Formats: sequence, C-alpha cells, structure tokens
Amino acid sequence: MAERTYLGADELILNMGPQHPSTHGVLRVVLKLDGERILRADCVIGYLHRGIEKIAEYRTYQMFAPYVDRMDYVAAVSNGLGYCLAVEKLLGIEAPPRAQVVRVIMTELNRIASHLLWLGTHALDIGAVTPLFYVMREREEILNIFEAYCGARLTTHAFRIGGLQYDVYEGMEQQVKRFCKMFRPKIDEYEELLTENRIWKDRTIGVGVLTAEDCKAYGVTGPLLRAAGVKWDIRKAQPYSGYDRYEFEIPTRPNGDTYDRYLVRIQEMRQSVRIIEQAIEDIPEGPIMAKVGKVIKPPPGEVYVSIEAPKGELGYYIVSDGSTQPYRVRVRPPSFVNLQALDKMARGGLVADIVAIIGSIDIVLGEVDR
Amino acid sequence: MLTILKKIFFVDLIRGLLVTFRYQHPKNIYTEQYPAERPKIAERYRGAPRLNINPETGETLCIACNLCALACPEQLIVVTSERNEVTKRKELTKFTYDLSRCMFCGLCEDACPVDALELTQDFELASYTREGAIWDRQMLEEGPKPIWYRY
Ligand code: SF4
Ligand code: SF4
Repeated sequence: MAERTYLGADELILNMGPQHPSTHGVLRVVLKLDGERILRADCVIGYLHRGIEKIAEYRTYQMFAPYVDRMDYVAAVSNGLGYCLAVEKLLGIEAPPRAQVVRVIMTELNRIASHLLWLGTHALDIGAVTPLFYVMREREEILNIFEAYCGARLTTHAFRIGGLQYDVYEGMEQQVKRFCKMFRPKIDEYEELLTENRIWKDRTIGVGVLTAEDCKAYGVTGPLLRAAGVKWDIRKAQPYSGYDRYEFEIPTRPNGDTYDRYLVRIQEMRQSVRIIEQAIEDIPEGPIMAKVGKVIKPPPGEVYVSIEAPKGELGYYIVSDGSTQPYRVRVRPPSFVNLQALDKMARGGLVADIVAIIGSIDIVLGEVDR
Repeated sequence: MLTILKKIFFVDLIRGLLVTFRYQHPKNIYTEQYPAERPKIAERYRGAPRLNINPETGETLCIACNLCALACPEQLIVVTSERNEVTKRKELTKFTYDLSRCMFCGLCEDACPVDALELTQDFELASYTREGAIWDRQMLEEGPKPIWYRY
C-alpha cells in the first residue's frame, strides 16, 4: 500500500528544532506522531553549512588544515590527524616516530574530551544535570593540556602535514600522567552516578535499538556499531600513526540500545587512558617533522584515508591535480552518516525518547553540515 | 532478593547522591572568578597578534616581506611597504590585521622569518564596533590594553 500523503485523524506533525536545546546544535527533526508514538522522523540539516569542502579547493594544502578543525569542533585534533594523514599519503611520506607518538597522545586525549562532553550533554538531555558539571571539570584539564601544547583549546590546529609544529612542552609528561591518574577514579564516579541509576536505566535500556545488520546497512560506525556487538575499530583494523604498538581492547555490547552506547563510550574512555599511559611512557627522541617543502605539491592522484574519530569513521578523500591546491576534498563525517539511522531508531518509540536517541548518536552539527 | 532490597532502599540513588555530597566541601569548588582572578594562560597561546619592535631602538622588526599575508588562509593581513631611497631597503609603511576574520591558526606566525609577528596571550578582543576589530600598525605594536576590574 502506498504511503498516505495526508495525515490521519489522530496524527500530528511536530517540528523539533532547529533551536531545540537537545538537538545539540541546529538540527531540525520533523516528527510525525500518533499520540505519543513516533511514526516518522525526518531530519532537516544544512543550517550550519559553511561549504568547507568547497573552501578546500581555494586553499593550499597547509592553509586548509585549520578549517578541518571547524567540522567536528569538539574533536578537532582527530580531524586534523585525518587530514594530515591523507595529505601525507598523497605525498608518500610518513611522520617521524616522535611525531606519531605525540599525535596518538593528543588524539586520545581528544577522544576523552569528546566523550566527556557527550556524556555531560546526553545525561543533561535525559535529566541528570550533575554529570555535566563534573565532566566539564575534567575536560578543562584536557583543554589545559591542549592549550599548553599547541596554544588553542578547541580548534587546535595541532598537527601539520608531515609531523608537528610544536614539540612537547616542558612538563607535559607529568601533566598528562597526572591527568590519567586523576581521571580513572572520575570515570568510576560517573558510573556511580548513572550506570545503576534506575531512572537512567529506565530512560535508556531498550531505547533506540539499532541491530548490527541495520548498522551495516546504514554505514553506521563508531560506538553505535560497537554497542550493537560488532568488534570494529579502525585503530585495530587498519592501524595508522602507530596504533598497532599499543595494547587496548575494543569494548562491545550486545544490545545496541542507548544504554549500551553509554557503556561502550565509558569503556572507550578507559581504553584511551590505557593508550595514553603506554604512549607517554616512551616518546622516542628524534625529529618532529618529516622532509616537507614549504610548498606542498603532491603528484596527481587520489587517496582515501580514514581514521577512528570519537564519533566513528572519519574519512578524507582527496583528489590532487598536481597543483598546490586540492582539486577536491570530500569528507566522510561520522556524524552525518550516523544521523541517517535516526528514523530507523526512533520509529515506533515514544516522543520523549527522541531526545535520548539523538543524544546517543553523538552528533556535532558542524560535522553534519560541514 | 538482593536486587529487590537494593531497589527498596534506593541504593542506586543514594550512591549517586553520595558522590554529589562529597563535592559540597568548599575545597572542591572549581569555579574561576574570572574578571577578578585572571586565568593563567599558556605560553604558546595563540591570542591577540603583536608586531614586535626592537625594545632598544623602537623600530619594528618587520622586514615587510609579505610572507605572513601569503600564508594566511583568510587573507586578512595587508602589508604595504616602501623602498627607502637611502638604504635601498624595503620599509614597512602600513600593516593592517583584521581580527574579526582571524581564526588564530598560527600560520602567519609560523611563516614570519624574523619573528616579528607573534600571537600573544591576550585574549580580550571584544570591541564595540566592527572597525574596532581591524587593527592597524600602532595597535599591533602597542597591543590591547586589558581592563583590570577592581572590587
Ligand atoms: S592566525 Fe591564521 S587566520 Fe589569523 S591572520 Fe594568522 S594565518 Fe590568518
Ligand atoms: S612575515 Fe613577518 S617580517 Fe614578513 S611582513 Fe609579515 S610580519 Fe613582517
């Protein structure tokens, strides 16, 4: 039967956003409701479109690097790493070992920062206000490390093509170690607040289920995929930047609901601390920059490089025509791809759950719209 | 059985509440009293730009090479220069820096061969007009004057 184009007698169209506080930015969701039940959820995006992919065509390779920070602005370091790796592959070079280790430390710290912000806002959406204050406090420590390392807190522009611009600052090792030591008990604290809490459980268990098959069909990656029981992490599957040197596990959960996504991300933070602790122990001596000219002119060709960003697979597809500017840069942002599964997750659920579901995807609108 | 008892006695909620009560202690307060108490800014912080001058002679260090303007992705730096008839060297005449478009990426600072242009630790850059965000050479050399609040 073809879908009706008119509304039934007890059906209702509800417009959620773009200024709704729990859509994490400017996402507009058009909900079709039957009483409290969601029949359909259509996302309307584009309110934050800045044409970053187009900007790339008018910038040299080095100049475009700060722009990628503006896509997923809570995980700017990961974006920068992905872009630098892509251009490095295009050039056929590799960052020196010292640079690689520092990159790993920075990206893992950024993963924790991103997950912390997610945890705080997600819990706030569902009604737990307290974690937000605590996660902000811990995130501040990470941002202080970023500030001391590269001079910016959010849009960091931490890495350069071919290595690093900034070397490790004095006292970084101690600061990072202190952070790791301080942070482990804090994760337990968040868990004490939420994991067993009955309200939290009632609001999240069984909400927004996405099975492994659905995830694969939609191309959903990251914690959502792992919460559905698939052990897939690009850091393990296609190790980059020396991730194969570190010991860590890929946390998975079987059910694929909002609660499992929460647990997966909590576990991921623990694993990130593990990686950082291993990496900070031995930062090899040596140069921090590979041999790259002042003018970057890659040979004609195309590359696709993907990394495991906090939100899923972040890919850069760069086409070079041999000039100093890329011919085309296409970004595969994890949030954008993950967001399309919203309809699937929300259908049949209650309208109150849509906030929890949007929160559990962990979208950043800067990345969805680019 | 145990789970039912736990449910009846609100064990899950009380454990959470214990965490929040632990943070009631005044020594755990984390808020910064910003204007009164200024935050410590890292040395590498990329904030307001400054055009360095030679502290002894008061002359600018900038050699008007235009590299910073070329390196900037937003093309917001304008450097004009003039050839000095006597020394046959390029001399800086005007230097404008449009802060309102700057994203503090630090590429200009990296490009400068003589460390004349530098992004400093000043972070209070608000101004009442758009024109106020466009800094000329004098402003860049003197730097912004931070307001100190007194209570
Ligand atoms: S910091 Fe970046 S955007 Fe600002 S003037 Fe320098 S190069 Fe341009
Ligand atoms: S790069 Fe440095 S020396 Fe050259 S014009 Fe800019 S500020 Fe002056």
